[in-house]
Amino acid sequence: MPEPLLEVSDLNVRFNTDDGVVRAVDGVSFSIMQGETLGVVGESGSGKSVSSLAVMGLVNRKQADVTGSIIFKGQDLLTLPNDEMRDIRGKQISMIFQDPMTSLHPYYRVGDQISEAILVHEDISKKEASKRAVEMLGLVNIPRPDQRARQYPHEFSGGMRQRAMIAMALSLNPDLLIADEPTTALDVTVQAQILGLIDKLKDEFDTAVMIITHDLGVVAEYCDNIQVMYAGRIIESGDTDDIYYQPHHPYTWGLLQSIPRLDEHEDRLTPIKGLPPSLINLPDGCSFAPRCPYRFERCDAEDPPLVPTDGHHADACFLTLEKKEAVVREELAVNQ
Amino acid sequence: MSTPTVAGQPEANPRSGRPLVKITGLKKYFPITRGIVFQKHVGDVHAVDGVDLEVNQGETVGLVGETGCGKSTLARVIMRLYESTEGTIEFDGRDITHMKGGELRELRRDMQMVFQDPYASLNPRKTVGSIVGEPFQLHKTVERTKRKATVQELMELVGLNPEHYNRYPHEFSGGQRQRIGVARALALRPRLIVADEPVSALDVSVQAQILNLLSDLQKEFDLTYLFIAHDLSVVKHVSDRVAVMYLGKIAEIADGDSLYREPRHPYTGALLSAVPVADPRLAKQKQRIVLEGDVPSPIDPPSGCRFHPRCPQTKRLAKADGRTDGVEPRCMEEDPVLRPFAQGHTAACHFPLEDPIIASTGD
Amino acid sequence: MLLVLFVISVLTFLIFVKLPPGDPARRLAGRSGTPEVIELIQERLGLNDKLSTQYARFAKGLIPWPGLWLNEEVYFSYANNVPVKEEIAERLPVTAVLMAGGVVLWLLIGIPTGVISAVKRRSAADRGAMLFALMGVSLPSFWLGMVMIYVFFYQLGWAPPTGIEIGASLPESILQGKFLLAWITLAVTSAAFYARMMRGNMLEVLSEDYTRTARAKGLSERRVIYKHGLRAALTPVVTMLGLDIAFLLGGAVITEQVFALPGLGEYALQSLGDTNTPGVMAVTIIGALFIVIANLVVDVVYAALDPRVRYS
Repeated sequence: MPEPLLEVSDLNVRFNTDDGVVRAVDGVSFSIMQGETLGVVGESGSGKSVSSLAVMGLVNRKQADVTGSIIFKGQDLLTLPNDEMRDIRGKQISMIFQDPMTSLHPYYRVGDQISEAILVHEDISKKEASKRAVEMLGLVNIPRPDQRARQYPHEFSGGMRQRAMIAMALSLNPDLLIADEPTTALDVTVQAQILGLIDKLKDEFDTAVMIITHDLGVVAEYCDNIQVMYAGRIIESGDTDDIYYQPHHPYTWGLLQSIPRLDEHEDRLTPIKGLPPSLINLPDGCSFAPRCPYRFERCDAEDPPLVPTDGHHADACFLTLEKKEAVVREELAVNQ
Repeated sequence: MSTPTVAGQPEANPRSGRPLVKITGLKKYFPITRGIVFQKHVGDVHAVDGVDLEVNQGETVGLVGETGCGKSTLARVIMRLYESTEGTIEFDGRDITHMKGGELRELRRDMQMVFQDPYASLNPRKTVGSIVGEPFQLHKTVERTKRKATVQELMELVGLNPEHYNRYPHEFSGGQRQRIGVARALALRPRLIVADEPVSALDVSVQAQILNLLSDLQKEFDLTYLFIAHDLSVVKHVSDRVAVMYLGKIAEIADGDSLYREPRHPYTGALLSAVPVADPRLAKQKQRIVLEGDVPSPIDPPSGCRFHPRCPQTKRLAKADGRTDGVEPRCMEEDPVLRPFAQGHTAACHFPLEDPIIASTGD
Repeated sequence: MLLVLFVISVLTFLIFVKLPPGDPARRLAGRSGTPEVIELIQERLGLNDKLSTQYARFAKGLIPWPGLWLNEEVYFSYANNVPVKEEIAERLPVTAVLMAGGVVLWLLIGIPTGVISAVKRRSAADRGAMLFALMGVSLPSFWLGMVMIYVFFYQLGWAPPTGIEIGASLPESILQGKFLLAWITLAVTSAAFYARMMRGNMLEVLSEDYTRTARAKGLSERRVIYKHGLRAALTPVVTMLGLDIAFLLGGAVITEQVFALPGLGEYALQSLGDTNTPGVMAVTIIGALFIVIANLVVDVVYAALDPRVRYS
């Protein structure tokens, strides 16, 4: 069994605010193998973005307590001194963000921003770096990359900016690319282009990818494995077939049932009733229990741990396996 | 007996024999000027460039398209928030294209709008009660003493706790704020509600709640909806008919199932192919039509068929014909008109698609 | 820009020469209006000429070109019997020196203070800096100036006596330290203001998405703050600076008075007292000219800093 590229164990991120301690990430453990594509699905407040920021070392340690361990290629990133972390950031692990409109500096040329990333980590001449930047822009299908490199971000369209961001993130051949809602702000046809691009490049560069999104459709098409997060925890994880065809957690059921599907015609959607819990006052027991149609006594008293059922399909729910399979069969009526 | 009106549009409302909303040849251009002191008119943004559409009583018509397609502008022109540049708008048989003043204000009782951003569309300094009750104040439909009770009724109707009457928008979640917006729109018991991306800013589980709410309200109050969104799955779910817009014009109109099973316009095909499907096997079977380039700007629309620079269909046909420019001449020269393919299904294309995009999984 | 200058010149012409009742010649003569002088003025101004010719004569003086600039027919100081342009030529450098020193000092104090405040938000340094800013903004400059003279000249004897003779050598005066206290007074008030502004801008910029991207690339925090943050935060400061400079050039009246520096501001005050109307007109117009030019320069500099603003 090869070593995982990234192994996160018992990650906690707690923000100290005036209203109390916000448990944004609450005991999260997962791993990513070399070349794997992991989808992290959750709604707002689920902790999906904050966990990735913690991996990048971008959580302000003065504002939040970060505990646990993040082992990347044998090193615990949480104990690394700042300058060593900076070496890794952008070079071995890089990240692209949601809004391409605001993620590039408006005052500097796009090519220069990419070369900057390269020059921080590699000891080459400015000319060399610029050349690489232009190559990368070409790789992400930006036409006439040498001209475009000299332009400013506001001269690029949204889709092109995101591609430039991808070019920048991949310019140093990172082992892991984290994409935080990379397509949410883009038109759907452009989304398809961007996701296709990431898919193609990850093979070419042999990069592991972590795609964070709230869109269950996006992760279905492009991911090997998926983890579903709720209220700062992972409540289910497995490969795509597991999650879509044999989901084992009521929240996952709720998510799958509440999205309208193109190929089906339903009169009413089945939403998840209620609202996500406050991350300051998490309920005792299972965080999802207040909204769960299957809850029973044990759910209010104890907090279900993430337990694997087979291989790497794990879920955090006290219902029996038989019950879960029955629900999938009868109530979800998914295409098997 | 009812008669089909525009080619391909379904039968008009049997009740009154005419559609609730009828738009003919609607155009809306925004002028572009240059210069600081003397503003020279140098061009126009062709936001809406010739749209014919009918919406029948009690039906939901979905308007879908990407940035720059003109769907939001179209909605606002119909609502008379903008003046149209050309064309006519008829509401229940009356020409409202140039209505003004008192008449227009009365018209507002019949059509209302729900907006996209629940965080920006509510005045943060007003209480919920005041926001929802404002229409009563303006139109004097409910007397002051009865207002609070009526507002609270509305709040309950949309799933809000009537005791939160005096709270401010920031004390509510996104989904709840959207409910407030719906309550306000419903206050005057309009006949038409135009919803501009009402669920785009909401989490998936909340989205479902709001969509169900809108569906229930439609049944209860016999509402007609014009539902605008960029998410094709959401639009298909709520709509009876879906109109796909591209660069200011309608590319295709059909009922949801027909659109999904037999799209005719290549752009519709590309949209369908691009929509992420929450089903890995189905996703793998999907035909992948990835459009090149970005959505063009409506300032200088391409000649002939607006879609021709990105159209995979015309490229394919041109290549087969041995042309090197990647475009069939007809597509570049002639702007196609909407023509019927089946009852209620029209598309504007010279070389429409023949295969379905997403193979059915058979049942 | 030309339009603005045109309008200002017309307004000034009307206000000072044409609109008020009475004989313009008498008005321009002011207190020294002997009948001979008044007659001289009437001849020079050509008050019987067409209105447009009169205006042209007046407006010609606005063009900074030898022969045209502040022509003697209109702009003559009858109180002192010299052309206005000579008086101004003596005083403008003083104001310029005062302003230059003040600006340099306040930028050196204000900007770093603002940046440090923002970067070390909520620390003791930040609170101290903002307290200083509050004081600086609240203290009236004349009070501060007088206090400084009292403390540093009167009590401690560290500063030279205030005041410069008109026409005295400027470099000498600077070396004698005559400008020092005035510079500091000017600087304190403005530095405070700029510090607050910088702090606000920096905080905003540091929370922008592109700053997050910069960190994600692995840039050092220093690089993030200075290359990415500062550049973006400085742009509004440039705008403010341009306008402040123009304003000052038009006459830092109070500071000049307190420190007895014969600059433009002091000249304006004096001319009012002497009813040297041409002098007042000249200062008005020069002030307007400076502000218009400053606006233009600010626009150009802004475009140089922010590529989004440039004309395609």
